[in-house]
Amino acid sequence: MGRYIIRRVLQLIPVFIGATFLIFAMVFALPGDPIRALAGERSQSESVREALREEYNLNDPLPVQYAKYVGGLAKGDFGADFRGRPVSDTIKQRVPITARLALVAFLFEVIIGVAAGMLAGIRQRGFFDSLVLISTLTVISIPIFVLGFLAQITFGLRLGIVPVAGIKQGWVSYILPGLVLGSVSLAYVARLTRSSLIDNLKADYVRTAVSKGLSSRRVVGVHTLRNSLIPVVTYLGIDLGALLGGAIITESVFNIPGVGGAVFDGVIRQEGTTVVGLTTFIIIVYMGMTLLVDILYAVLDPRIRYD
Amino acid sequence: MTDAPTTLQPLEPAADDEDEDQLRYGSLSADAWRQLRRRPLFWLCVSIIFLLIVAAIVPGLFTSIDPQLGDQRNNLQSPSAEHWFGTDLQGRDQYARVVHGARVSIVVAFVVTLSTASIAIVLGSVAGYFGGLVDAVISRITDVWFAIPTVLGGIVMLQLFEQRTIGTLCLVLIVFGWTTKLRLVRSAVVAVRNADYIDAARALGASHRRIITRHILPNALTPLVVYTAITFGVVIAAEAALTFIGVGLRKPAVSWGLIISDSRGRIQTHSYLLLFPGMILSMAVFSFILLGDLLRDAFDPRQR
Repeated sequence: MGRYIIRRVLQLIPVFIGATFLIFAMVFALPGDPIRALAGERSQSESVREALREEYNLNDPLPVQYAKYVGGLAKGDFGADFRGRPVSDTIKQRVPITARLALVAFLFEVIIGVAAGMLAGIRQRGFFDSLVLISTLTVISIPIFVLGFLAQITFGLRLGIVPVAGIKQGWVSYILPGLVLGSVSLAYVARLTRSSLIDNLKADYVRTAVSKGLSSRRVVGVHTLRNSLIPVVTYLGIDLGALLGGAIITESVFNIPGVGGAVFDGVIRQEGTTVVGLTTFIIIVYMGMTLLVDILYAVLDPRIRYD
Repeated sequence: MTDAPTTLQPLEPAADDEDEDQLRYGSLSADAWRQLRRRPLFWLCVSIIFLLIVAAIVPGLFTSIDPQLGDQRNNLQSPSAEHWFGTDLQGRDQYARVVHGARVSIVVAFVVTLSTASIAIVLGSVAGYFGGLVDAVISRITDVWFAIPTVLGGIVMLQLFEQRTIGTLCLVLIVFGWTTKLRLVRSAVVAVRNADYIDAARALGASHRRIITRHILPNALTPLVVYTAITFGVVIAAEAALTFIGVGLRKPAVSWGLIISDSRGRIQTHSYLLLFPGMILSMAVFSFILLGDLLRDAFDPRQR
């Protein structure tokens, strides 16, 4: 097991370096001079510009800049934006907001998604099954920004139950954006639970359990469901990694100042270091969750070999 | 869903006998086609997709109104017999704009989906068939691109271009869109690579190229076909989303993402500005995703 984990971590390193370098190179190639943009309309002496370029390593060739950046990362330094504010401050400020949003979305996925998938899978081709299949297909098909607006119109403006934008009202503010953010994954979780349950209900061990005379509640609840949830757990874990990376579109529709919004602002304002820092953070979170899921998978399913 | 006997219980895999007699002959694709054409939902998807393609090629068939022509006296009108989807802030006919917006979505969907599928078929079959170092290199490169979220990478990359056209959008969506397909093809190829009939072909002296194109790919492409149908819808949604947040096409282009982004801020008072374009966009995505679902059911004999 220990060797399995070490091997997986070692495999992640080249992927991490490759992905962050790609982002780094793209941000580096952005048009415009960020140092000049920093001054705006004010005049800026050549020596000041030169000093700033030196400070942000802008005079080095790209691979050297990248190496210096990764060196800083190893010490927990995500760099500073062009106003001198550490990017890690931005991360610390934005992450709790994104984490709350991700948690709400995740709860919707787990509770509604798994329950709907279970009820659909138990009675395949029944009324509820068709209902779940059609409604999940509809939810998957509506692009998230359209879904966000629809949710704002119906729940927020017409019914007036929940706040439609911003985060001023605490946890309640996260209900609507969380539901919208989690909706597509919720639909996938329901479908995955359903098909996995249906597959497992055909398995020999279920037939054995039935012929032993166990109640159907026990056959489904104890024998089938546990095994059926393994792929669902995998999906949920990877999805949580993606959710924690921020959701640019949902945050934009609902005006939530999370990680996704910060990256977007950074790109638009051409604050290269902010973009690189936040993106690196997002990739670390995502890869960390993927690794965790791989390990969890090996623990949950004894058929997976560690070596 | 539609043709299933309602008495079928999950625990009884019986009642298949009749089906089996019917299905004993024909190849998998002929068999799948026989399944598909009996389903009304399949024809629904095909009709919607057909209409969208026609609208993309000759929008004039559906409307004779110029989508750019604004009439300030008639702005922000609710849907009526004259303006089916109402008019926008500039007094332009919303229905005409939605019809003309189909072109961007359809062009991007076809270019991106077919390009990513081609990349996946070529690199995926090479990686899966030859294995070893080639496989390791291709797979690690795929992992790297896979680790960057599409919307995030798309936003960063689109900022590199001063002028953003349909071509730039396609390029960005291709660059971040091929990884999943390549993994699908690669694992399907790996699954059939060591089959006896491949050994037989090799013993007969067939070249690598012939083995891949004639023997492996026909047996490994089903998962890709299903997923490709779905990605048409995913690409349409992704293009609209990038344009909506302001890093995609810019005015005066006519696209669904721009139309919906224009309705922002007016959804409370003039919700029809969002509802109609949003509905058409969702319908386009819906028909491709449902088509993918139906294809999967048809190609997977276990589902019956």
